[in-house]
Amino acid sequence: MNHQPNQFPRWKYILIITSVLLSLIYTLPNFYGEAPAVQIMTLESGGKIDTSILKSIETTLKESDISINRLIIEDIGVKVKLESTDDQLKAKQLIQDAIGDNYVVALNLLPNSPNWLTSIGALPMHLGLDLRGGVHFLMQLDMSAAKNKGVDNLLIIVRKELQKEKIPYFGSTKIDDLIQIKFKKELDRSAAKAVFESLGTGRKIQVRRLTKETAAYTFVETNSANEFILNVTPNTYTNEDTRTVALKQNLETLNNRINELGVAEPIIQQQGADRIVVQLPGVQDTAKAKEIIGRTAMLEMRMVEENPEVVNASIAGNIPPGLEIFNNRNGDPVVVKKGAVLTGERIVDAAPGVDSVNGRSVVTLRLDSPGKAIFKRLTRDNVGKRIALILIDKKMTEVVTAPRIQSEIGGGRVQITGMSNSQEATDIALLLRAGSLATPMEIVEERTVGPSMGKENIDRGIKSTIWGFMAIIVMMAVYYMGFGLVSVIALSVNLIFLVALLSIIQATLTLPGIAAIALTLGMAIDANVLINERIRDEIRNGNTPQASISIGYEKAWGTLLDSNMTTMIAGLALVMFGSGPVKGFAVVLVLGILTSMYSSIWVSRAIINYIYGRRRHIDKLSIGEIFKVNNN
Amino acid sequence: MEIFRVKQDIPFMKYSRLSAAISIIIFILSASFLATKGLNLGIDFTGGTIMEVSYPDGIDVQDIRDTLQSIELADSQVQNFGTEKDVLIKLPLKEGQSIAELSEKVSSALRLDNNSMQVRRVESVGAQVGEELYEDGALAILFVCLGIVLYLAMRFEWRFAIAAIIANMHDVIIILGFFSLFQWEFNLTVLAAVLAVLGYSVNESVVVFDRVRENLRKASMRSSTISEVMNNAITRTMSRTIMTHLSTQTVVVSMLIFGGEILHNFALALTIGILFGIYSSIMVGCPMAMWLGTTQKNLAKNVAEDTNKTTG
Repeated sequence: MNHQPNQFPRWKYILIITSVLLSLIYTLPNFYGEAPAVQIMTLESGGKIDTSILKSIETTLKESDISINRLIIEDIGVKVKLESTDDQLKAKQLIQDAIGDNYVVALNLLPNSPNWLTSIGALPMHLGLDLRGGVHFLMQLDMSAAKNKGVDNLLIIVRKELQKEKIPYFGSTKIDDLIQIKFKKELDRSAAKAVFESLGTGRKIQVRRLTKETAAYTFVETNSANEFILNVTPNTYTNEDTRTVALKQNLETLNNRINELGVAEPIIQQQGADRIVVQLPGVQDTAKAKEIIGRTAMLEMRMVEENPEVVNASIAGNIPPGLEIFNNRNGDPVVVKKGAVLTGERIVDAAPGVDSVNGRSVVTLRLDSPGKAIFKRLTRDNVGKRIALILIDKKMTEVVTAPRIQSEIGGGRVQITGMSNSQEATDIALLLRAGSLATPMEIVEERTVGPSMGKENIDRGIKSTIWGFMAIIVMMAVYYMGFGLVSVIALSVNLIFLVALLSIIQATLTLPGIAAIALTLGMAIDANVLINERIRDEIRNGNTPQASISIGYEKAWGTLLDSNMTTMIAGLALVMFGSGPVKGFAVVLVLGILTSMYSSIWVSRAIINYIYGRRRHIDKLSIGEIFKVNNN
Repeated sequence: MEIFRVKQDIPFMKYSRLSAAISIIIFILSASFLATKGLNLGIDFTGGTIMEVSYPDGIDVQDIRDTLQSIELADSQVQNFGTEKDVLIKLPLKEGQSIAELSEKVSSALRLDNNSMQVRRVESVGAQVGEELYEDGALAILFVCLGIVLYLAMRFEWRFAIAAIIANMHDVIIILGFFSLFQWEFNLTVLAAVLAVLGYSVNESVVVFDRVRENLRKASMRSSTISEVMNNAITRTMSRTIMTHLSTQTVVVSMLIFGGEILHNFALALTIGILFGIYSSIMVGCPMAMWLGTTQKNLAKNVAEDTNKTTG
C-alpha cells in the first residue's frame, strides 16, 4: 500500500474546485427571481417587429413615466422588462392601444439575474405549472376522422385524374376505408392502377435486414360479368401520412389560436401519435382559454346537389351514393355531395363586416395561397352553383351557410352574403375561424393551477427542503463530529451541483421535483454515513487512521455503486413511464444520484485528504467516539 | 457519539421464523385489504375532476352541495380541507360530457352564487387517459422489479436478487395495504413515492448483502455458519442503517409538516416505505437469501476476479 494513500494530485483539487465554482455560478440565477415584463409579438406568421414599432413602444412608455428596465429583441418578438407589476399591467394596455390589433401584447416574467450571468447562458430553472400557475391541456385527435377524410379526398382526386387521363369507368364509391372503381375493360383497370401509383409514392422500408420497396396502395382485383373491379386500400403508412399531416395541421391551428390569446411562452407539443399537449403558463382566464383552444370543429366546403329531382328523392329518404344530407342552422335539410372541395385549414381568417355597396352584413374569408388557387378554379367552373360551408363537430354536423357562387373569385378574399343581421355574421365568422382543424379533437386532460397556489407550492417545497436539510446538518455534526461536518459540506455541494445541473439543462421544476431534491438530500447522506461507518470499522479493526480513511472510502465505493444503481433503475423507469409532475420528480432523482456519487466520494474525500492527507502522524480522527469490540 | 455499542453480534437470524410469521401475517392482511377494500384510486387513474376552490370569507359546504344539485351534479363529493375557506370538490366522470365543459360549468355556477370564489386548482382526467396512466404505472413497477433483479443477479447472485426483490415487494404491498386500509387517496405522486421506495429499499438490502458477501469471503469467517455470517453483517451495518434512515425520514417528516396537501400522501407512502424498508432488508431479505441456500460456495467462483477489483 502507498505510504501516503490520502493525497490527491493537484489536478484533482483543481478539477473539484472548478466544478464547485462553476456550479455556484449556474445556481445563482435561481436566487434573483423574476421581473415583470411585457412581450410583444406579431400575429402575422413570419412577421417581425420593425423599428417604428420599437420607437412607438419606447415613446409610449416614456410619456406615461414607465421606465424600461431592459429591452430584449428576439426572433419571435420584443420583450420589455419593467420595474413592477403595476407598470406591467399599465404598459400592456398602453402598448396595445399604441400599436394596434395586428400585434399581441402578453404579460410575461423574465429572469432578474444580472446581464453577465444571462450572457454566459446561466438561466434559472423553468418553473412547472404547479409552481407558477397556468393551464395544461391534453388534446386527443380523432384520427379515424382524419383517415376517413383522407380516403374521401383520395376518391375525389382519383376521379379527377381518371377524367383527365380519359380512362372510362362506370362507378366509383368509398366503402369504409377502401375505394371501389368499376371498369368495362381490363385495360382501363390497369391504366387506373398506374394513376394510383403516380399519386402515392412508394417508400423503402426496412424488414429485418432487407430493404423492401412498398407501394402506397394495396390493389385487389375482382371480376364479375362484364365488370372489372378494382379495390384500393391505402397502406398503413399512407394512413400514417394522413395522420401526420392532420397532427401538423392541428398543431399549427392551435399555435395560431394561442397567439390570439396572447400568452407568453406557451408550450404546444405533440405527444404520442395522436395527442397534443398545450401548456399556458400564467393564464388565469381558463374559460376563455378553453373557449378558444377547445373549439374542436372542422370546416369543409362541399358542392350542393342542384338537380331538384335528386334533392327531393334524397329528402324523401332515398339518398343516392355520393350524396349526404345535413341540416342547416334553421333545421332545413341541404343535400350535398360527398368529399370536400376545400377544407377549413385553408382559411386564414374569417371576419364579420358590412357590404360597402348595399350595407348588408357579410362574412369575409381570407384563404391561404393553395386555398386561393383551388378556390379560383372551383368558382370559375361552378358559377351559379351553390357551395355549402359545413361545420363538423364530434356530436353534430351542420351547414353553416350555402351561398351561391356569383363569379370567379381569384384574390383569396371570399365574401359570403345573405346574413340576416350583424350578430349572425359575427357568429358565423367565429364558427368558420374555429373550423380550421384538419381533424376534430377534444380535451382529455386538464390541469389548472391558480397563481396564488403556485406561490404557495414553491413556499412549501422550499420549506420542506430547508428544514429537512437543517435537521440533517445537526444530526451529522453531533454523530460524526469533524467527518460529519465534512459530510454536510459535501451534501451542500451536492445540492449546488444538482440545482446547477437542473438549471443548465433547463429542466422544468415541479413540486414533486422539489420533493425529489429534498429526498435526494436525505438519501445522499447515506453515502457519507456509509463511508464514515466504514472508516470507524477500520479503526475498530486496529488500522491506522490514514489506512482507515483509505480503506473505508475504497470499500464503501463498491457498496455505493450497487445501492445507487438500483435506485437509478427505479428513477429511469419513472422517466420512461411517468408523465408531467412525476417525470419532473424522476429527472431530479436520477440527476441527484449522479451528483451525490460525485460529491460524496470525490468532494468529501478531497476535503478529508486536504485535512489529514499530509500529516505524518495522526492520533485520532474526528469521527465521533468509537466503541471498541474486543472479540476480533 | 456511538449509539450501537454491541459487544456481540445480535442473533437476528434466530428470530427469522418469528419475523417470517409476522411478515406473512402482514402480507395476508395487506392483500386482503387490497382484495376487499381496494385502493382509493385518485382521478389520475380513474378519470374525473377535482376542483379546489377557496372563499376568502369562508363558506358552508352545504351551500356548495345545493348549488351542485341545482346543476344536476348531486353525485359529487364536497369537503373542507385545511380551513373552512378551502373546499375540495370531486366530480365523477360523466358519459358524453367533456371534462373541459364540466369544470367550467361548476366554476361559473359557484361564482354566480358567491362572487368571491376563486379557483385554485383544477385537475381533470378523461377515462382513457386515466386508464393509460394506470397501465404505465403498472409497467413502471414491473420494469423496476425486473431491472433490479437483473442487476443484482449480475452483481451478486440470483439468490440475493430474488431475496432482495421479495423483501422489496413486501414493502410495496404493505404500503398499498396501508393505503387500502385507511382509504388514503392513491394518485400519481403516491405511485412515484412507491417507485422511489422500490429503489430505496433495495438499496438497503444491497448494503447488507454487500457485507454478507464480504464476510463470506473472509478467511476468519470460513468456519462460521451462514446465519452467523449474516448476523455479523447486519450488526456491523446497523449503525449505518439507522443513521441513513433517520436522515431520510427527517426530510420526509419535514415534507409531511410543510409540504401541504399535494405532498401529504407522497410523504406518507415514503414514511411507511422507509420504516418497513429497515425491517424487510434485515428480517426478510437475509433469511430469504439463507433459505434459498446461500453458501460460501455460491460466491466462491467470483472471488478470484473480485478480490482484485473491490477489496482494498
